[in-house]
Amino acid sequence: MTQPDIKTPVGVPAGGGSLLSVRGLVKQFQTKAARGKGGRKRVVQAVSDVSFDVAPGETLGLVGESGSGKTTVGRCVLRLIEPTSGQVLFEGVDLAKLSFEELRVVRRRMQIVFQDPYASLDPKMTVGASIAEPLVVQGVGGDHKEKVVSLLELVGLSADHARRFPHEFSGGQRQRIGVARALALDPALIVLDEPVSALDVSIQAGVVNLFNDLQSRLGMSYVFIAHDLSVVRHTADRVAVMYLGKIMEIGDAETVYEHPTHPYTKALLSAVPLPNPRVERSRNRIMLEGDVPSPVNPPSGCRFRTRCWKATDLCAMQEPVLEVRAHGQLSACHHPEG
Amino acid sequence: MSSPVLQVRGLKVTFSTPLGPLVAVRGVDLDVSAGEMTAVVGESGSGKSVSFLAAMGLLPKTATVEGSVILDGHQLVGASPKLMRSVRGRLISMIFQDPLSALNPVHRIGAQITEMLRAHQTMGERAARTRAVELLEIVGIPQPGDRAMQYPHEFSGGMRQRVVIAMAIANSPKLLIADEPTTALDVTVQAQILEVIQKVQAQFGTAVVLITHDLGVVARVCERVNVMYAGRLVERSGIHEIFDAPTHPYTRGLLASLPQTGIERLVPIAGFPPNMLRPPSGCAFRTRCADAIAECEHGVPELHTVGAAQSACIRAAELMRPR
Repeated sequence: MTQPDIKTPVGVPAGGGSLLSVRGLVKQFQTKAARGKGGRKRVVQAVSDVSFDVAPGETLGLVGESGSGKTTVGRCVLRLIEPTSGQVLFEGVDLAKLSFEELRVVRRRMQIVFQDPYASLDPKMTVGASIAEPLVVQGVGGDHKEKVVSLLELVGLSADHARRFPHEFSGGQRQRIGVARALALDPALIVLDEPVSALDVSIQAGVVNLFNDLQSRLGMSYVFIAHDLSVVRHTADRVAVMYLGKIMEIGDAETVYEHPTHPYTKALLSAVPLPNPRVERSRNRIMLEGDVPSPVNPPSGCRFRTRCWKATDLCAMQEPVLEVRAHGQLSACHHPEG
Repeated sequence: MSSPVLQVRGLKVTFSTPLGPLVAVRGVDLDVSAGEMTAVVGESGSGKSVSFLAAMGLLPKTATVEGSVILDGHQLVGASPKLMRSVRGRLISMIFQDPLSALNPVHRIGAQITEMLRAHQTMGERAARTRAVELLEIVGIPQPGDRAMQYPHEFSGGMRQRVVIAMAIANSPKLLIADEPTTALDVTVQAQILEVIQKVQAQFGTAVVLITHDLGVVARVCERVNVMYAGRLVERSGIHEIFDAPTHPYTRGLLASLPQTGIERLVPIAGFPPNMLRPPSGCAFRTRCADAIAECEHGVPELHTVGAAQSACIRAAELMRPR
């Protein structure tokens, strides 16, 4: 593995300092040994040498199919799970070096919103108590009630919702409660992990708007993890496309969507169904064969080569590294497009 | 127009719940023509799945089904279990979001398809086995002969969905109901499965009802679109008409809430779907509708022709006129 270069930001527009720098992030999971004879522990390579930066106030979209490692990256960023190796620098501080106490202080500044707002709210706590909980845990003084009311209003709910319980709310409202709780400690970074995937489209639109409004008002950064490429395009300033634990392409979102240079990005975008029958029926679609290979035993060289129509012997022998392309994004491919 | 393979009239489904009767489907009329791909779209709780589970006779005993569902001349509402057994798998098949729910984990794939064939056709064991392998090939499973000897857990999600499609079309049914068949799949695999469904439709002349919440999928593969809201059809239209000139405010709302290139700000639909234990009087959408007027409270609006579409909005024609 190449030594991660700490000084050069990855895919960040020139001049902008980073809020978050991830360098050479690796996360391996040990599977349980299979029972019976010959059962062996196996290592799942969930994230392999991932580096990126997030500037203050920007949204980085993290997209990819199941097994791409996007959720694992999100959890490693917050040190909800321990990275196997690599660095996560938040406001210049290496999170891996912090003690639990020190980490708790830093975590005020970084929060997460999960996909299932039902699972992330305690059904026996009032909404007000749930939103105030981070303030209590972090020992923040002052009038929590007042803060809860202002947070509820910030996410489009009202003061009297504080006394109610999660089951009294719809999915979209529950997600807003999750957002209010994430905002309680005025974070600089929020990891949004599939935050609208469980919502119906008519409700999803309101929550997406809320994220955008909050960002322009409060200026925090988002890492927006989603499999829905249309939602990410609408929200993200920059986007990183992941496949089997690696970043295949990263750059300005409009650039990556309009001029994809990695064959995987191209195929992924062409597979997304667009709500326009004329466009859908006239465009050329790249049909990828087969499924994503197992992360236990990823292909040698380029991980995408087993499904890539451009693959050559070189792709099997040598792993491509991220390189700058004509439109300014980075992609890891021996035979880039356009 | 050819006579419909499926004719649904006044379909009503009521569940008895501890909180009282819940009417999940409140009078649905719907035709599916032979060989066509029809979409039924709607959000969670709109009754889109329940309508077709009712048609298949697959609802639990707590459900009461009223109205009429005629499939190829057979009345399915109130049909005997014997008739339903002979119809299901032979004239009508259904596939679901989770293919594992339709596969027996302890039987080989080939044996499960063989069983399906021999349940409805006089066919020897060997002929059925050969046919099973052919079916696996049709749905695009590589090395079908070897794969037929494997168990469901040895297949990936996309491959399992192909197996289930092979089973569903084994007896060349007139109608295939696909209930969110690609929702659990990654987009690149979704594209493959949609292609398989299109291929099956073309090759076997099977009519397909695609139940989905994804308007992009609808735009890709369907010819006709039925939009459901709160247990009723609110709009019925051709594929181009529904995207170009939606006649119902709910359909317009759905389209406006989708992220699309060049749209700066999404427009969500206000409020949230009604509690089906106590749906609003009159038009169920009126509580979320920016165009609702006093008349919308009175009487449940019926589908009526508006241009090339059918709409259940009493103001459809008026609202469609350029302002």
